[in-house]
Amino acid sequence: MNTPAEIPRKPAISIEKAQKARRKFLRSVGLAGGVIGLSLLGYIPLVNARNTKLRPPGALNEADFLSSCIKCGQCVQVCPVQAIKLGDLDDGFGIGVPYIESRDQACDFSCDAVQCILACPTGALTYKKPAFMNVREGALLAAAPILKAKEKDAENTLNLKERTGIARLARPESCLAVQGKGFKGQARGAAFKGTMRYMDVDRWKPIPVRDHPYDLPLCDLCVRECPVKNAIELRPLTGSDGVARMTPVVLEPCVGCGVCEMICPVEPAAIVIDAQATWKGEQA
Amino acid sequence: MSRFADLFMGMLGAAPKKPEKVTDQVQKIMFLKYEDKDRYIKEKLHAREHHAISHKWRNRRWAVLIATNLLFVFSFWLDIQILEGALTASRFVGFHLIDLNSALQVMLAHKHIIVNLVIGTFTVFLLWVLLGGRTFCSWVCPYHLLAEWTEALHLKLVEKKIVTDHEFHRGTRTVFWLLFALLAIVTGYTVFETLSPTGILSRALIYGPGLALGWVGLLLLFETFYSRRAWCRYVCPIGLTYGAVGAISPLQITYHVEHCFHEGDCRKVCLVPHVLDVTVKGRASEEQMGLGPDCTRCGLCVDICPSGALRYEVKGLSKLL
Repeated sequence: MNTPAEIPRKPAISIEKAQKARRKFLRSVGLAGGVIGLSLLGYIPLVNARNTKLRPPGALNEADFLSSCIKCGQCVQVCPVQAIKLGDLDDGFGIGVPYIESRDQACDFSCDAVQCILACPTGALTYKKPAFMNVREGALLAAAPILKAKEKDAENTLNLKERTGIARLARPESCLAVQGKGFKGQARGAAFKGTMRYMDVDRWKPIPVRDHPYDLPLCDLCVRECPVKNAIELRPLTGSDGVARMTPVVLEPCVGCGVCEMICPVEPAAIVIDAQATWKGEQA
Repeated sequence: MSRFADLFMGMLGAAPKKPEKVTDQVQKIMFLKYEDKDRYIKEKLHAREHHAISHKWRNRRWAVLIATNLLFVFSFWLDIQILEGALTASRFVGFHLIDLNSALQVMLAHKHIIVNLVIGTFTVFLLWVLLGGRTFCSWVCPYHLLAEWTEALHLKLVEKKIVTDHEFHRGTRTVFWLLFALLAIVTGYTVFETLSPTGILSRALIYGPGLALGWVGLLLLFETFYSRRAWCRYVCPIGLTYGAVGAISPLQITYHVEHCFHEGDCRKVCLVPHVLDVTVKGRASEEQMGLGPDCTRCGLCVDICPSGALRYEVKGLSKLL
């Protein structure tokens, strides 16, 4: 029997080399910890989310929406009024996720067919939620919303199952209708950049709101410009000082598009959208 | 282990190994090369002298990278609607294209996949299987271009001894890939997308700048003053995803041992120098070798090689021609 040939030993690693390798390892661990730690800072805006953002039509429930959005902005690109913006780094995991700032530019359904939903490649915006996802109570619309702009068309409804939020008369005391006042001039002043479709001006092209001044004996802008049929109405207000007073009342078909908030001529707006809120019956 | 497996492990972080067996042809080539030392040196100097320094491939690559990103920008700005969306997901004249890593993150986080997502992902999958995985990195990714300029600055600073380069273990990128996948599954958010400079830059170009560019700036500072090309080399899971997909790609950069003088110019300019380990004397086992899945096919080595030992080639095609 032969004695096994002595296996040549690897020369022992020099102390310097070992130290270098150790430092490299610790640095790598530090890098991993640092980057993962930073990435988890994305939670902070979620935890602190005091006012949730208004999402585009057809958005899934917030958690599902954030997880399914691939942050490509194709919804932004198809919107004819450029109502959709993308979240920034201060939105944490909501970075690159679309939202709408109604007061600046509301979704007025100028596209006729909620094209943002059609453009979404991941189903974060969807015409019909998959069966396993829950529908929050009051989010479901009783009927397909009728779009006033195409009321006379054969297909006059929007393919929308759930509302994105709901309008609320937040400051009745500043509402011009409640005060019995009319309105004359540009709804949001000359500097306002927002656009909207006025059917009587152009069926296909939205124009700046400032190019369409009003002259109304009693302000009814929110009701007049609401794109959805029967979503809001003016009701007489009981009071006996001789002035005709009215108050806007939000009704069930309201989808939370935000046009009323955008068009409201008082500052700050008397009527606002509660993003992601649901229908809880008629609010007095 | 097969060479393919070795290369794959190399991409995941394993150190390159010396070949166990070198073919007879290679041994013959090496013998002939060094048989006459004077001739060898003469040839070497000759090759160096007659090497016209060109940036052919770099210029082509920059042109493609800039054109692709501008196509995104103009599709929206000028409303020409050719390539709509951003690098994470887009539509090319109506066809869905979805970045593999973004798709993966969304699938893991959301745990629900719709048809359009599958179609777009599959199209891109096929595209990069054919073109070579990490081609995306150097030919498309906008962060790559910024990092390339930062890298040049970093190298200058290193040369002047103002900064020193700090290396990390290449395996960290694999760890990050797993961690980000795990985070997506556990948290239900596409956590990586919060930090991805690829997505941030693509969106900033198309939809306008934001705070997030500050993060990209920090990364570039880190790469300038602390660690060369740190994000691409040690962190970004996108590269690894594409690398794995393009592992079997027919398009690759090949190394021809016969023409090589083993001077290592290529390894100095390479973004992933471990793939060029074959160019070290005694590391090549065959006459002609593909550089493996971690190679971004950027062509910097092709441009710099004075003897034409590194070339773009399509597997099988060179034999047909």
